Amino acid sequence: MNPGVEAVLKRVLPPLALLVFGIALVQLLVTALSIPPFVLASPAAIWAEIVAYLPAIASATLVTGMNALWGLLLGSVIGIALAVLASRTRVIDGMLAPIVAAIAVVPIVALAPVLYTMFGSTSETARILIAGIAAFVPVFLNTLRGLRQVRSVQRDLFRALAATPGQVIRTLTIPAALPHFFTGLRVASSLAVISALVAEYFGGPRQGLGAAITTAAANSAYARAWAFVLGAIVLGLAFFLITSLIERAFTRFAR
Amino acid sequence: MPDAATTPAAVRVTGVDRVFPVKGGTPVTALTGVDLTVAPGEFVSLIGPSGCGKSTLLRLIADLDEATSGSIEVFGTPARTARARRAYGIAFQQAALLPWRTVSANIELPLQLHGIDRRARADRVAELLDLIGLRDFGGHFPDQLSGGMQQRVAIARSLAEEPGLLLMDEPFGALDEMTRERMQTELLRIRARTGAAVLFVTHSIPEAVYLSDRVVVMSPRPGRITAQLEVRLGAAAERSEDLREDASFFTDVTAVREALHGQDSGPSRGVDVR
Repeated sequence: MNPGVEAVLKRVLPPLALLVFGIALVQLLVTALSIPPFVLASPAAIWAEIVAYLPAIASATLVTGMNALWGLLLGSVIGIALAVLASRTRVIDGMLAPIVAAIAVVPIVALAPVLYTMFGSTSETARILIAGIAAFVPVFLNTLRGLRQVRSVQRDLFRALAATPGQVIRTLTIPAALPHFFTGLRVASSLAVISALVAEYFGGPRQGLGAAITTAAANSAYARAWAFVLGAIVLGLAFFLITSLIERAFTRFAR
Repeated sequence: MPDAATTPAAVRVTGVDRVFPVKGGTPVTALTGVDLTVAPGEFVSLIGPSGCGKSTLLRLIADLDEATSGSIEVFGTPARTARARRAYGIAFQQAALLPWRTVSANIELPLQLHGIDRRARADRVAELLDLIGLRDFGGHFPDQLSGGMQQRVAIARSLAEEPGLLLMDEPFGALDEMTRERMQTELLRIRARTGAAVLFVTHSIPEAVYLSDRVVVMSPRPGRITAQLEVRLGAAAERSEDLREDASFFTDVTAVREALHGQDSGPSRGVDVR
């Protein structure tokens, strides 16, 4: 067997086996002890709901996913822009730092009902904003830290080499900041998904995953609620994978 | 060596003072009345206890800092112009390599910043890797190398544009004694091959004597030059490890030590007499 494939299998197989075993165990328990579905839905029932509601799950995942994506983009762009400003101007840093520290500890989804009335109950804007604010904090903090990684001896070196300001930014400041930025982006991507989804629990349009989960649970369709939860898990994993791939593409460390 | 009358000195420092303003306190005079000339191809060490302004003087010549008064010329042009024209190569106590770049990419940094094309860069990097004896390490990253190897990469980088002047600020200061001695011999060999003038800041007396044509002794509060001693141990190419046990070497070490200690009655703190 190809050694690369073998290495991947060695890493993937054990957790996969555990997962399959876990699912089988739950199925066994639910059937043997006749556990009612509102306590624990059986994997077989959840699977049946996934098959039956696949298009609905896909479209709900897409709606929530787009909210999270726009929020992540918005929060990242603003986070990067403000981090650049704060790294260059002490005054701006002094103004921003306490406010960002405050935002960081505020449960942003708590804003959802207020924002729904502001933007109207048919608009997804409120959710994008919530995901955006949640994503902004880690991107801003980590990018700012990254922009401060340049050591004075490196600055001296570039000055001695008569590098232009543009060269300093391209060859020194940005590469030094990238690893920290990506740490922020990874945290932000899962926060954006969580915030976009949980915001749906507090009202607004009903097309997303969060709304679908509450609706199914309210109608005692527990297996269907679980099916939508699986959609949320897939969405979260997708965001994590994509940001990890972008990070890989940009950091050229050979290790 | 070129004729001193027609070729401008590699470094000419005339009447330089550097005073650092202190917020709400008396200004600190880091350097006062410094005159120093380094001939093309000459190896000059600046030695003195901590706070004598030797690093400050090097930074002024590199145009990383500005003199309060006096003039500094590098190859006949003001320090600022010389820096813009890349008249010198520089190495610091820290290797200051970019950790996200390979050894090769670190060495070619000056060439890349100055728009040399890729092929010419690759040729020059290959030469320099040979020169520092790290031919097989071009693709490694800095954190995979030992401190001595990192410092050799930094020296290769400083040589990338074949400068006529090398400014070195305690480049071996962070290395252990064995590595340090090996690096000193290596530097002599490199210098013999490139023929560059070197201004070398150190606080190790044997290091200064082993490497230099001339040792410039400095003293603190305020920083100034107190003595200049010629070292007559032969050309760089003729010096080797054996020299360290030679009587003439000890004579010069003693001379530098006396010049250093003669400047004040107390023990001169910060000076290595290893």
